[in-house]
Amino acid sequence: MESVIERIDKGLFWKFHGGIHPPQMKFLTSDKPILQLPLPEKLVIPIQQHIGEAGEVIVNVGDDVVKGQPLTRSTLPISVPIHAPTSGKITAIENATIAHPSGLEELCIKLIPDGKDTWCERTICPEYQQLSKAEIIEKICNAGISGMGGAGFPTHIKVGTTAQINYLIINASECEPYITADDLLIKEHSSAILDGINILDHLLEPAFILIGIEDNKPEAIKALQNATQGIDKIKVCVLPTQYPVGGEKQLIMALTGTEVPSGVLPTSLGIVMQNIATCFAIADAVIHDTPLIKRVVTVSGQALEKPQNVWALLGTPVEFLLNECGYPQQEKKHIIMGGPMMGFSLPNNQVPIVKTTNCILAPSEAEIPNDNQEVECIRCGQCAEVCPSQLLPQELQWSAKAKDHQQLDTLNLFDCIECGACAYVCPSHIPLVHYYRVAKAEIRQQQLLDLKAEKAKVRFEARKLRLEREKLAREAKHKKAAEARKARMNSGTPEANNEKSAVAAALARVKAKKAQASAEPTNSANPSDDASSEKKSQVAAAIARAKAKKLAAKDNNSIAEKPPAEINPVIIDEKIEEKQTLDPAEAKKAKIAAAIEKAKAKKLTTEAKSSTSSEIKTETVTAPSPADAKKAKIAAAVAKAKAKKQQAEQKKEIQLSANEDITSSIKDEPIAEAVTDKKARIAAAVAKAKAKKQQTESK
Amino acid sequence: MSIIIAILVIGVIGLFFGALLGFASIKFKVEGDPLAEQLDALLPQTQCGQCGYPGCKPYAEAVANGEAINKCAPGGDDTIKKIADLMGVEVQPLDGNHETDNTPKVAFIIEEDCIGCTKCIQACPVDAIIGATKQMHTVIIDECTGCDLCVAPCPVDCIEMRPINQTTRNWQWDLNSIPVVQLDATSQEKEV
Amino acid sequence: MTDYLLLLVGTVLVNNFVLVKFLGLCPFMGVSSKTETAIGMSYATTFVMTLASLLSYLVKTYVLSPLGLDYLTTMTFILVIAVVVQFTEMVVHKTSANLYRSLGIFLPLITTNCAVLGVALLNMYEQHNFLESIIYGFSAALGFSLVLIMFSAMREKLANADVPTPFKGSAIAMITAGLMSLAFMGFTGLVKF
Repeated sequence: MESVIERIDKGLFWKFHGGIHPPQMKFLTSDKPILQLPLPEKLVIPIQQHIGEAGEVIVNVGDDVVKGQPLTRSTLPISVPIHAPTSGKITAIENATIAHPSGLEELCIKLIPDGKDTWCERTICPEYQQLSKAEIIEKICNAGISGMGGAGFPTHIKVGTTAQINYLIINASECEPYITADDLLIKEHSSAILDGINILDHLLEPAFILIGIEDNKPEAIKALQNATQGIDKIKVCVLPTQYPVGGEKQLIMALTGTEVPSGVLPTSLGIVMQNIATCFAIADAVIHDTPLIKRVVTVSGQALEKPQNVWALLGTPVEFLLNECGYPQQEKKHIIMGGPMMGFSLPNNQVPIVKTTNCILAPSEAEIPNDNQEVECIRCGQCAEVCPSQLLPQELQWSAKAKDHQQLDTLNLFDCIECGACAYVCPSHIPLVHYYRVAKAEIRQQQLLDLKAEKAKVRFEARKLRLEREKLAREAKHKKAAEARKARMNSGTPEANNEKSAVAAALARVKAKKAQASAEPTNSANPSDDASSEKKSQVAAAIARAKAKKLAAKDNNSIAEKPPAEINPVIIDEKIEEKQTLDPAEAKKAKIAAAIEKAKAKKLTTEAKSSTSSEIKTETVTAPSPADAKKAKIAAAVAKAKAKKQQAEQKKEIQLSANEDITSSIKDEPIAEAVTDKKARIAAAVAKAKAKKQQTESK
Repeated sequence: MSIIIAILVIGVIGLFFGALLGFASIKFKVEGDPLAEQLDALLPQTQCGQCGYPGCKPYAEAVANGEAINKCAPGGDDTIKKIADLMGVEVQPLDGNHETDNTPKVAFIIEEDCIGCTKCIQACPVDAIIGATKQMHTVIIDECTGCDLCVAPCPVDCIEMRPINQTTRNWQWDLNSIPVVQLDATSQEKEV
Repeated sequence: MTDYLLLLVGTVLVNNFVLVKFLGLCPFMGVSSKTETAIGMSYATTFVMTLASLLSYLVKTYVLSPLGLDYLTTMTFILVIAVVVQFTEMVVHKTSANLYRSLGIFLPLITTNCAVLGVALLNMYEQHNFLESIIYGFSAALGFSLVLIMFSAMREKLANADVPTPFKGSAIAMITAGLMSLAFMGFTGLVKF
């Protein structure tokens, strides 16, 4: 560590790989003071201006707000609030075009200034050393400070690190052409910046503070050297001008000779880097209790009459700044936000200034490259020579074009800082960075999709498990119910007999109802009914079988039947769960009926695969005794017909014979008892309905 | 005589090698096929059933057993390409029976029309619809896979598929619409 | 010793089976689209060729020649090769299911890879002894592997390169193979036999 400082003291620095020397073009604005602007007519404040999550809006349309009043509240750790840049009325909270290359709309708060510029209540706190670290960090967070260099990472997270910090690096090497915002800020506010650096020193307690500044800003260097005179801990490091020395990893390399490995945060190497403008904002926030509501923006480019740096309120539309700097109404509008190397074209001039906007560029026709057509790569390798991340730009380009994401990953695409050096030197005018940006977005999207697919899979599996569990639980319940019923039937008490006949009546009723019901919905062309009607037919078949079984049981007991008319009507729905409303006796009956119904339905579904076996079962179940053999026969016939029908349904053929079978079997029994007769008629009706339904289905 | 020797020799050699192979086939017997798992990982897990199988896993198993690889409509050409790579077969265009519209969509329930029948809840393969009997239902957008399965069962047709809104997070760079221009060195030098 | 070394170098570079003798072109074009697959194919072919030349030597020297059945050589060699390939297929299937799948039809097709039968027959014609046979088989496979992997690496790059439309795909692969062959011709005279 000592050797690093010794080297710095000697004015020696490391060299990072690559880099270029584009024309500086800083003279356009570097000699003019930062201009204070009048209030714009309206402000459009995007609620998310940093990396992370957006805060929660805490004001309403129509509210009067004062300058510095928070408009959102940070709910998550990686979120900072935004504040009203001036006093005024909130006219809308709606989507508006934001400062993003996509030109997409996101939620913004629209504020019409009232012109009074009334401040909210503030408490000046020059003795920040008295505050605890947590209090200072909270102040920084509440002031809405996020990195002002470009990425916009919330500052309170960066300074809240508990790691041992060797070097606090203050990034004042504004390396992109045209931009002079930090340069001017240092010239005019070096003492406030020093306050900010001291606050960071207090928070992070680094061994050394290194201010990295390029040698093309002599006045700013002088100002910093004057401000830090006599402080041994702070070293003003004057670096040779080279683009992109202002990149985080590049500056760390240049100052300390440490290469930050891919995927590693500098914090874990004991290094924290802060932008110089962020230092100024921190001083403002901690000492003057002023939230981040304005910033220095370089408005430059040769299309402007008076390019200069301005103090812009966050949310000021770009158009207002351009007009203040004398933007002529020219045909080909082309405004760039950010520097010429890393910036992006704006979709329109209403886009607001945000916390990370350091430059607005209005290039003249001459400055815009005259439609340089992209031509084939000639494999000159210049791009690889200038890449500050030591990547292979042309390999990346091919893989990006071929959408070979795996290869891109192997080539470490995500270590690309999109500095644009490769595109700058490319003799074939290949916009290399654009290909990388597209590929990065695609990979991120793919990762999101993969994540979603993984989640969907988990949920699908969970659902399958749940259904399986429910099925098992239901089966267990039915088994229990069936056993209980069997026990009661075998007991032979009068109640049991009553119950049995009640069950019979209920079944008959259900069948009748179903015969009606199934006839109706099948006529309607609703496709969703297919499944349910199929289920119904299974249920009906099951009922028939249940009847046969019951009859056989009755024969064994040889007990006279009660006419079904005497029994209270029982309503059976397809869903047993909904039957809780019936009175206890009925509920019991209904439950038994439903249980039989379900058990049979289930059995049938498994049996449906081999309906012959179901037939055999039905026959064995019937077990006719000589006395009531007729009844049993009818029942068996019905059941058989049903089984046949089941078969027919599977083959999706029309099976009208089922209907005929039933009628003929009924005709063969002229001496049937009244009850049996009724039952048979019901069964026939059911069968008819089924046949009809089949017809419609097959159509 | 020499013919008999020749036949015998070839026969003995054949027998010997046959025994060797028989031994090897026991020794190097392959149990299970991890292919289905790997295929499953490639599928988009919408569980939409458009391939004719009840979910992505069954289709993955079917593909492992020789089903056509071009039946996954939500995955589109990308998924087919990946499956083809894994299987070592030629890429095929998407099965013509399937719609090719691949824009990501999510189900949306028009809540005022919902009668609370729970049919869509039962249809949803990933339990992304919440609601109860006779209560209004709604879709958890983040969980919806856009599989379409809830649209058909709805008796009042109150479910529709809506494309996912584009945000800055899922936005894809479109070079044609946004000219991101880098200023050229030579032209600047001319100015200087 | 020097003879063996010369035999090895000579077979790998000077008399390369693929680019000079033009044997085994089918897998050379077929499985060279991905380096990973090519490496797998190289292992499999190396195994088969070495084992085949060993076994064929044994069968020829100790079974066929003493019994005067030299006219059965080709048939027996094919039998030997088929067995070795089957065996390799089982091993590959067991050890690397992915490789097994990506090699696909080309794995059983090693049986009909002319380089394998070629190495067995050449062993016979050159009247190599036991050790020479093994070295010859191994170095022939080594040469095959070398050019296959080199070729596949080039094809991977070509897949992403902006090749003029008429040359896209197999056409540029053929041209590349031709150029590689020309380059290998340059080794002629490196080793004097």
